[in-house]
Amino acid sequence: MTTIETAPPRPAAGPLPKSRQKMGRYFAYGFLILSIIPIVVGYAWLLIATVSFRTEGLLPRNAEGGIGGFTLSNWDFVFESAIWNAMVNSLLIAVFMVIGVGLASTSGGYALSRMKFAGRKTFLTGTLVLHAFKAEMLLIAIFFVLRFLGDIPIIGGFIGFNTVGGVALVMVALELPLGIWLMKGFFDNLSWDMERAALIDGASRFRVWWQIMVPQVRPGIAALSLFTFIVGWNAYLVPFTFTIGSKVSNMPVFLNQLISETAPVNWNLVAAVGLFQMIPLIIFFIFTQELLLNIYAGGSKGT
Amino acid sequence: MTKQIEEEADALAGAAVGAPGPQRRPLGRRVRSTVSAYGFMAPAVALVLTFFVVAGILLLILSFTDLQSTNFNDAWTFVGFDNYERLFTDAFFPKIARNTVFYVFTTLIFFNLGLALVLALVTTSIPRRAGFFFRLVWLLPRLTPSVVYIMMWQRIASADPFGIYNQIAPEFLGASGGNLYLGGSPWTFVILTNGFIGASFGMIIFTSALESIPKDLLTAAKVDGAGTWRIIRDIKLPMIKWPLLFIATYQTLSLLTSFEYILLLTNGGPGLFTTEVWALTSYSRAFATYAGNNQWAYGATWAIVLVAIALVLAVAYVKLFRFNELIEEPRIENL
Repeated sequence: MTTIETAPPRPAAGPLPKSRQKMGRYFAYGFLILSIIPIVVGYAWLLIATVSFRTEGLLPRNAEGGIGGFTLSNWDFVFESAIWNAMVNSLLIAVFMVIGVGLASTSGGYALSRMKFAGRKTFLTGTLVLHAFKAEMLLIAIFFVLRFLGDIPIIGGFIGFNTVGGVALVMVALELPLGIWLMKGFFDNLSWDMERAALIDGASRFRVWWQIMVPQVRPGIAALSLFTFIVGWNAYLVPFTFTIGSKVSNMPVFLNQLISETAPVNWNLVAAVGLFQMIPLIIFFIFTQELLLNIYAGGSKGT
Repeated sequence: MTKQIEEEADALAGAAVGAPGPQRRPLGRRVRSTVSAYGFMAPAVALVLTFFVVAGILLLILSFTDLQSTNFNDAWTFVGFDNYERLFTDAFFPKIARNTVFYVFTTLIFFNLGLALVLALVTTSIPRRAGFFFRLVWLLPRLTPSVVYIMMWQRIASADPFGIYNQIAPEFLGASGGNLYLGGSPWTFVILTNGFIGASFGMIIFTSALESIPKDLLTAAKVDGAGTWRIIRDIKLPMIKWPLLFIATYQTLSLLTSFEYILLLTNGGPGLFTTEVWALTSYSRAFATYAGNNQWAYGATWAIVLVAIALVLAVAYVKLFRFNELIEEPRIENL
C-alpha cells in the first residue's frame, strides 16, 4: 500500500524514457573521458618527449623554437653499460621476488589453509594486520637488520646492506603478507577429496602438496608471479634507501639519479629512460589485461 | 545444511580408516602434523620474524637511544623518553600533524573513496567493453613505476613554457605560469598524484561488488519507476556497504603510512614542511641527511608513534571485518 503512496509522481511509471537514458550515457562518457585526461596527457608527453629535441607543453620544439625537432638522440643511452647494469639489477630483484614470494607463499598458504598447528591463528591475524599498513615505517629498523645480516660470514656479502640480494630479500618479506593471504585463498577454494584420498593412501604431506595441490593452484601462482614481478621491477623506495652508488642501483633509482643529479635536467633523455623501463609493463598491459584487473581486486582484498 | 553434510562426510571418512573422532587425535600424530606444518611455514615465518617482528622491536628500542651519524659506531646510549619529548615539543609538530590529517582525509574522501565509487558506478552503467576500457586506463598509474609517474606530473605542472597545464589555464591554480607543484599549489598536486593511484583500487573492488548485485533486483526497481539516483541510494550503496567500509579503513591506513610519491614530488616542500606528512618526517630524519646527520633514533620515534596509531586502526579494521570467519579451523586435520 505504501508503495502506491511513495511512487514517483511521473504519470507513467516504468523504465526511463529513451531520450533521458541517452543523455545519461553521454554524461557518463563525458565524465569518464574528462577523468582520464591527466593520465592520457602524461603518457602522451612521455611518448612525444622521447623522440623530440625538447617539448613545450605537449608540442615538440627544435633548437630554433619552431615546431619539430624530431630526434632519436635521446635513445643513445641504450649503448651505455650503466643502463644495462641497472636493468640487470632490476631483473634480479624482480625474479628473486617472484621465486621467493612464490615459494614462501605457496608453502605457507597451504599450511595455513589446510593444517592445524599451534600459532596458526596468531600468524594469520598478524599477517592480516601487517598487510593492512605499509611496512615503509619499518625501513629505519630494517637498515640495522640488513647491516647485521651483512656481517654474517660468506652469505653476508650477498644479502647485507648495499647489495642487490639484500634489497630483494627485504622486498620479498614486505610482499609476503599479501602473497600468503592470496595463496591461502586459492587453497581454501580447492576440494578436500583428492587430498584426503592421497593422505589416506599414505602419501606424505610434502608429496600431497607438491604433486596434487600445487598443480591445482597454478592460476593463483601465475597471478601472484605477475603481481610480484611488477612490484619488484618498479621498486624504488627500498632500493633507494638501501643502496649507495650506481653499481647496485636498479632502473627506478638510476632514473631518479638522472633527474636529481643533473642540472638542468634533460627531460627528453629521462623520458626515454622512463619509457625504456616500462617496456615489460607495456607488454603485460597489452596481453594480460583481464588478469591485471583481477589481481588488483583479489590480490589486495586479503582473502 | 551443507556444513552438516560435510561434517557427516568427515565422520564417515574418519570411520573408514578407523581414526578416532575429531576431538581426540593421538598425541604422536598431533606432534607430527604440527612439525610438518612448521616445515611448510618455515620460510614465511623466518622472513616475517626478521623483517617485521625483529625490525618492529628494534624500532622501539632505537626510539629510546640517541643514535645518529656522529655516534653511529659507538655503543647505543639510552636516553629514556627524550626523543618523545622532543617530538611533541618540536616547533613543526603541529604543522606536520595537521598536514597528515589534511592529506589523509582529503585524498581519501575525494579520490580513494569518492572518485573510486563514482568511477565504479559509471563504468558499470555503460556497455561492458567500454567500462572495462576505462577501468584499464585508470589502472595505468598503478602499473607505472613511481619515478616515471611522478615525472609525468612534474611535466604537467612545471613552469612556463614547458608545463602542460600552464599552456591551458595558468591563472586558475594561482601561479600564473610558474611552477605549480613547488610553487602555486603544491597540495593540489600532492593530492592529485596520490589520488590518481589510490582511486583505482577502490574502483576495482567496488566494481566487482556492484557486478555481483542480482540483476532482477535492479530490473524490478526500474520497472517500479525508480530513477538512477534512487537505485544508487536505495539499492546499490546498501549492497556494497562492506566493500565501502573496507576501502575506507584500508586506505586510511595505507595513506597514513605511505610517503613515496610525496618524497618524489615535493619532498615535503616547498619551503619549510609545506607538504610534509608524518611518515615522510620519520623517513627524512633518519635517511635524508640534514647537514650530513642521520638522526636514526629521532626518526624511529616518529615511526613508532605512527605505527602505534596505525595499529589501533588496524585492530579496528580486523574487528570490523569479522576476522574470525576468515580463519575457520581447517577440516582436513580431522582425517
